[in-house]
Amino acid sequence: MAKSKIVVVGGGLSGLMATLKICEAGGEVDLFSYCPVKRSHSLCAQGGINACMDTKGEHDSIYEHFDDTVYGGDFLADQTAVKGMCEAAPKLIRMFDRMGVPFTRTAEGVLDLRNFGGQKNKRTVFAGSTTGQQLLYALDEQVRKWEVKGGVTKYEFWEFIKVIKNKEGVCRGIVAQNMNSMEIKAFRADTVILATGGPGQVFGRCTASTICNGSAVSAVYQQGAHIANPEFIQIHPTAIPGSDKNRLMSEACRGEGGRIWVYKDGKPWYFLEEMFPAYGNLVPRDVASRAIYDVCVNQHLGINGENRVYLDLSHIPAEYLERKLGGILEMYSEFMGADPRKVPMEIYPSVHYSMGGIWVDRKHNTNVPGLMASGECDYQYHGANRLGANSLLSAAYSGTISGPEAMHWAKEGEKGSALTDAELEAARQECVNDFENILTMHGEENAHRLHHELGDLMNQYVTIERVNKDLDYCFEEVKKILARWNNIGVTDHSHWANQEAMFVRQLRNMILYALAITKAARMRDESRGAHFKREFPTRDDEHFLKTTIVDYDPKTEEPQITYIDFDHSLIKPRPRNYAVAKKE
Amino acid sequence: MAEQKTVTFIIERQDGPKEKRYTQEFDVPYRPSLNVVAALMEIQKNPVTRDGKRVAPVVWECNCLEKVCGACMMVINGKAQQACCALIDNLKQPIHLAPARTFPVIRDLLIDRSVMFESLKRIQGWVNVDGTWDVKDAPRQNPYTAQTAYEISHCMTCGCCLEACPNVGPQSDFMGPAPIVQAYLFNLHPLGEYDKPKRLETLMQKGGITSCGNSQNCVQVCPKNIKLTTYLAQLNRDVNKQALKNIFNH
Repeated sequence: MAKSKIVVVGGGLSGLMATLKICEAGGEVDLFSYCPVKRSHSLCAQGGINACMDTKGEHDSIYEHFDDTVYGGDFLADQTAVKGMCEAAPKLIRMFDRMGVPFTRTAEGVLDLRNFGGQKNKRTVFAGSTTGQQLLYALDEQVRKWEVKGGVTKYEFWEFIKVIKNKEGVCRGIVAQNMNSMEIKAFRADTVILATGGPGQVFGRCTASTICNGSAVSAVYQQGAHIANPEFIQIHPTAIPGSDKNRLMSEACRGEGGRIWVYKDGKPWYFLEEMFPAYGNLVPRDVASRAIYDVCVNQHLGINGENRVYLDLSHIPAEYLERKLGGILEMYSEFMGADPRKVPMEIYPSVHYSMGGIWVDRKHNTNVPGLMASGECDYQYHGANRLGANSLLSAAYSGTISGPEAMHWAKEGEKGSALTDAELEAARQECVNDFENILTMHGEENAHRLHHELGDLMNQYVTIERVNKDLDYCFEEVKKILARWNNIGVTDHSHWANQEAMFVRQLRNMILYALAITKAARMRDESRGAHFKREFPTRDDEHFLKTTIVDYDPKTEEPQITYIDFDHSLIKPRPRNYAVAKKE
Repeated sequence: MAEQKTVTFIIERQDGPKEKRYTQEFDVPYRPSLNVVAALMEIQKNPVTRDGKRVAPVVWECNCLEKVCGACMMVINGKAQQACCALIDNLKQPIHLAPARTFPVIRDLLIDRSVMFESLKRIQGWVNVDGTWDVKDAPRQNPYTAQTAYEISHCMTCGCCLEACPNVGPQSDFMGPAPIVQAYLFNLHPLGEYDKPKRLETLMQKGGITSCGNSQNCVQVCPKNIKLTTYLAQLNRDVNKQALKNIFNH
């Protein structure tokens, strides 16, 4: 019998984890990625990965990790799914350890743990300040081993364009494009897993890599996949503002004792410590970002009147900092020309992560049969706000679920008819036609400038504080950008490594994704986790303890919003208040 | 109004692997802490040369812009480095950009580094774990050894060291410093050590460590400050020991 063929799109932590699980189950993987998988965005995660290892005498428990995650997510995450993730976490850490991840160790050689936001116990395993890089490399190496053994075929520098469904509506393949030769090709698959990461580039400047544009997610959204909770965009409190990107300054800085302050009446004001005595600088990200925003924008206390505050490590011994945070301090020195070991860093919140994404069930199936999603591109695990160091965990864990389930579907799913050669060719031809049309665009607009405008709009109106009339305005403006997309002019008309034309295609997907985020934010009239409206300052469980579902309407190209119930049966929702210690 | 300060770039371009190379000059508005990738992004927004010609935007590779993915390596003013952290303020102007020609050029500054990933296969750059399942325990490790492993594990396969090495190129099949030093990384791990003899055997073969001419260029350009020459020397000793062992075991 022929081996099951699974297409995995995306070679970050989740895609690689799924790939390994599929290989181990005897399947064959075609692994597609924009870039060599070793350069995927997972490597930008710095601070660590949460797992209840309980090696610091604090009586940490898996239940506590579970409760912190649900509470931190303001009760919008599927609780059974979160519980499964927290239970699996220590096993995943041991796996990574065996694979050779150079975790930071204690003097006696066991894995060290550090504090992270929204958690009272030391629970974050780390490799200096480059944990994501180290975890990604470990899986990259294991996948390379399978490549040699012959379970994996890599398609690096291939861009996913869309899925192909058979006449029963089951996903049975994809169309992708070689980014050098520009060849567009259709591929058959028994199951397709998208593990394509977050949509940071929809906001232009953010902490994400340039490749994190949400284009693949938007493409399947346009093909009928639900997007869930897209309005929940995490704003990381501490990033180095930059004109090309905002560079992340890890939460580990605060985990290792860093303090946030501004001058008030001529004296340092440690406002997080004053506002939230129980958690201090280690409040979750949404809480810290809102406080910084308030101090700068409403109270005008930012450094030199600008939107900046201090993140201060200068009171901590340099040797300790070097060992625990080395890499990122070097990065700050390099880009900013000041040494954080000696002077406080200047930081400001930035778009960082999407809690929302493609809707999936607990096995990571989307509503499109045969299509799965895993990693940041799905919506599971984080609810309305993600805890720091839970992203590497959810990325790796989701791969351990989606991989085996992809094999299960390949063998036992109701896949319906196989794609005929004609169907395959028709799907391919459609993508070829779209691409050829882009190559002949001769309008006035520059795609990159249009993208910049999109990012400005989204950053201004759909981040920390949201106002309904502004969201209405933003939605109309983004629609204008969508219309202006048709008036783009490309200067590169070639059929070889044409990055401009590919970007034009991605940009359209980004604009449609931006509409989904904006509309979902407009409709949710409450404040929960990362979603804050002064007009509706409290959480409204009566109306909004629900998952937002966004469907694409092909006629209007606009998002349609509905709400569905989800599982919050294990921990009863309670008010979230980080000024006091958490009560269970 | 004061005149807008600009930065001039002289960029070596090439439309395809077999096409002729040519240069084009671009002016980019100056701003504080501008880096080379940010400047290339400005050119994308307005792809017009200094002499007013509208051209195709420059093609290059980049991802993270934080010096961790390794994608944006290119030759800037004659030195192989990551473009994202090459700050304009630290560079002599006009700024010359060229692809790292140790590797095949795909287009403009975009190069094909797949040979490095192939070399990682050759040196068996992985710990041979039984599987992703839980086996209850992972070995404890000496924290000092783990720190050395951490240093080497920063290698982002950017290729700076290969570009700088006089022994890497069409004249030899030398794998280059980065992939070879990765063998040292896996030999350090308590489980990875089991396959140490196999990795050393590979390094004895053609293109292995004997092709290293000890020019010391690699260690000077490594953007992650990995002590490449130290580990190459250590590996050289390990390879020699292994060779002796092989003789006496026959």
